[in-house]
Amino acid sequence: MTTVENEATSARPTPDIVRPYGDTTGDGMVQVSFTLPVPHDKRAEGAALQLAAKMGLDPALLVHAKAMGPDFTFFVVYGRVNHLVDLRQVEVVEREFPLLSPKEVNRAIKSALRRKLVVVGACIGTDAHTVGIDAILNIKGFAGEKGLEYYNEIKVVNLGAQVLVPELVARARAEKADAVMVSQVVTQKDAHIHNTTTMSAAFREAYPAGKVPLLVVGGPRFEEGTAQRLGVDRIFGRGTTPGEVASYLVHALVDSKEKR
Amino acid sequence: MKPLLELDPTVVRKARSLARKAGQPVVKLAQSHTTVSVERATLRLAGLSGADHERVPWVNHLVDQVRDQVGLEHGVTTPVFDALRRGEAEDLLTLAQKAASGSVSFRLPEGREATRAQATARREVSRGIRTIDKQRTTRDRLVKRHGDPEQRPWIYLIVATGDIYEDIPQAQAAAREGADVIAVIRSTGQSLLDYVPEGATREGYAGTYATQENFRLMRAALDETSKELGRYIRLTNYASGLCMPEIATLAGLERLDMMLNDSMYGILFRDINPIRTFVDQRFSRQIHARAGIIINTGEDNYLTTADAVEAAHTVTVSQLLNEYFAKEAGLEDWQLGLGHAFEINPDLPDSFRMELAHALLARQLFPDAPLKWMPPTKHMTGDIFRGYLLDGFFNLVGAMTGQGILLVGMMTEAVVTPFLSDRDLALQNVRYVMNAAGGLTEDFHPPRDGFIQTRARQVLSEAVDLLDTIVHDSDSAGDPPLLAAIADGTFGLMKRPANAGKGLDGVVRRAPGYDNPATTLLETGETR
Repeated sequence: MTTVENEATSARPTPDIVRPYGDTTGDGMVQVSFTLPVPHDKRAEGAALQLAAKMGLDPALLVHAKAMGPDFTFFVVYGRVNHLVDLRQVEVVEREFPLLSPKEVNRAIKSALRRKLVVVGACIGTDAHTVGIDAILNIKGFAGEKGLEYYNEIKVVNLGAQVLVPELVARARAEKADAVMVSQVVTQKDAHIHNTTTMSAAFREAYPAGKVPLLVVGGPRFEEGTAQRLGVDRIFGRGTTPGEVASYLVHALVDSKEKR
Repeated sequence: MKPLLELDPTVVRKARSLARKAGQPVVKLAQSHTTVSVERATLRLAGLSGADHERVPWVNHLVDQVRDQVGLEHGVTTPVFDALRRGEAEDLLTLAQKAASGSVSFRLPEGREATRAQATARREVSRGIRTIDKQRTTRDRLVKRHGDPEQRPWIYLIVATGDIYEDIPQAQAAAREGADVIAVIRSTGQSLLDYVPEGATREGYAGTYATQENFRLMRAALDETSKELGRYIRLTNYASGLCMPEIATLAGLERLDMMLNDSMYGILFRDINPIRTFVDQRFSRQIHARAGIIINTGEDNYLTTADAVEAAHTVTVSQLLNEYFAKEAGLEDWQLGLGHAFEINPDLPDSFRMELAHALLARQLFPDAPLKWMPPTKHMTGDIFRGYLLDGFFNLVGAMTGQGILLVGMMTEAVVTPFLSDRDLALQNVRYVMNAAGGLTEDFHPPRDGFIQTRARQVLSEAVDLLDTIVHDSDSAGDPPLLAAIADGTFGLMKRPANAGKGLDGVVRRAPGYDNPATTLLETGETR
């Protein structure tokens, strides 16, 4: 996890072209470490310098080489890169929502809703793979992030596997769900597509227009950008973490409410 | 060694007696129930293995069929061995196959027929128990031949590729680099599968499936490496989740040496039904006791969800409960790898001194247990350089407080799967600290009533208070106080009521005539 902190306000204007900074402006110095699958000897050290040169380090200084077992060598290299960084060409892909910490998520929900945000989750159809939904919902979480159960201001109702759509709709209504989360792993005969459209249709039928809970689906095989076609609000793909989902819920349910 | 902390022995005694008081009603509950997984484990001891073409294990088929026809209140073995005696099939496997297609009718035999079925069941199940006994003897012999690691703590390293055939060379390499214990982490989600997968597996998510064949392959490979290195390399896996009793059984049969086995982890962090967990837990611990397996408990998990300073006493409470449940199930002190972790926010002043105080408290409360010391994860930020320093301080606490098992911290924690070089650097870190400061236990005596002693006493007294709250908890259903406390969210912030959670439908109250030869043999210590 990398935390992005607010940069201190800079005293001087940044030039458009920069180089890495070692200890002097413009020195271009960087440091890298890597392993080559060769025994440690003179040839290995030469090989490391060759790689460094191909990476654009010139001159390159091999400061450390150590055998790791009979077949591998580990290197640390310092050197000057000849590349220039053009800040004008940097493109920043913005997520449509900011990434929040659990504390920020809780605070946002508390102040905007003044009650807990209710999430009902399930694997629907014949799909018994709860790996995805559990990674997002269970406190155990995923990729070092705690699941939504960990958030004080989120109430999680995890229905588990092989839940029928009518059952999911009924439970969502009973719990007054703000969001419904469904995970789909099995893709045989496009089961994930079929199940998702069935689910979204059922919700639109059961709820008055505009009152349908936020519908979120996740799974490794959904195409990004097909949310609208499937009748859901958001699709999450492989590698999504609980923090991203929580941040999205705040964005979709809390922030939008404030704007209204 | 003279105790480093001056703890009031009456407070320590009170803590233990409260843990016993909280645990006893739960043991009663465990003794009056069985689960589908306990029954399946019993059939595995009787030699039933394998799965159908859809990879559904035969033990699942047989237990489901018996349950549908006559229920599990009397145990699965009596109707199963009665059916065999009546000639429904020539052996257990054929019976399971026939039952799966619905062509066996089970009944609950009575009188002499019941006695005979139970005698046959005991004879067959005892073979499995004797295999576990033999494996234990083999381990003792191999440890004697190859030797234990020279140093304490033992160095514990994780491998997890998802492919058992990739895991094996990685585990062997890790042992050559200095690991004493290899843990093969399980595939994400296996704990929630209500069956044990079969055979050698080559794909898993962030881990490798625990299967009998994977256990066998890895143990055989490490036996070779032990011979090569002149040091017995121990193998660890996870007896947790819905199949805990079966995994424990397979571990005993295949001579695994350590098993992760926490009394409440599944309830709190996996939302598995509390009763299911405690019933499965007791059976699996009885197996571990018999098999000479060292259990590792999961207290580190509390600190990853709650603040490590505020929640320090919950670790102590959990250790005391784990100790009570373990001893009740027959485990001895040397088998209790009680867990704790280095998870205090390093930005706090005196964080290292508090870590020392907590680690010493655990050391002194459980002087004969090989404590398992877990590295920082929560405050590993991706700044690998800072992480490396933090791991060094973690190792230093391990060296200064005489920990039994040290899980090697990786600077890539929360970043990527460790590179070969990351693992090598991590082991260098451990070796440097042990070599440089291993003898510090001799010089290190925290002064009376100093910061460390005071902090340790404070944590212990908070633990006693919490245990006191637990034993006085209650709910409207009249559940044991510990279950009521779990339902209230006393542990790890999670509310887990006794009548909810995964696997509840696999819990069965025992009838007066319940018979399980495995339980009998495990409790009496008999071999036949």
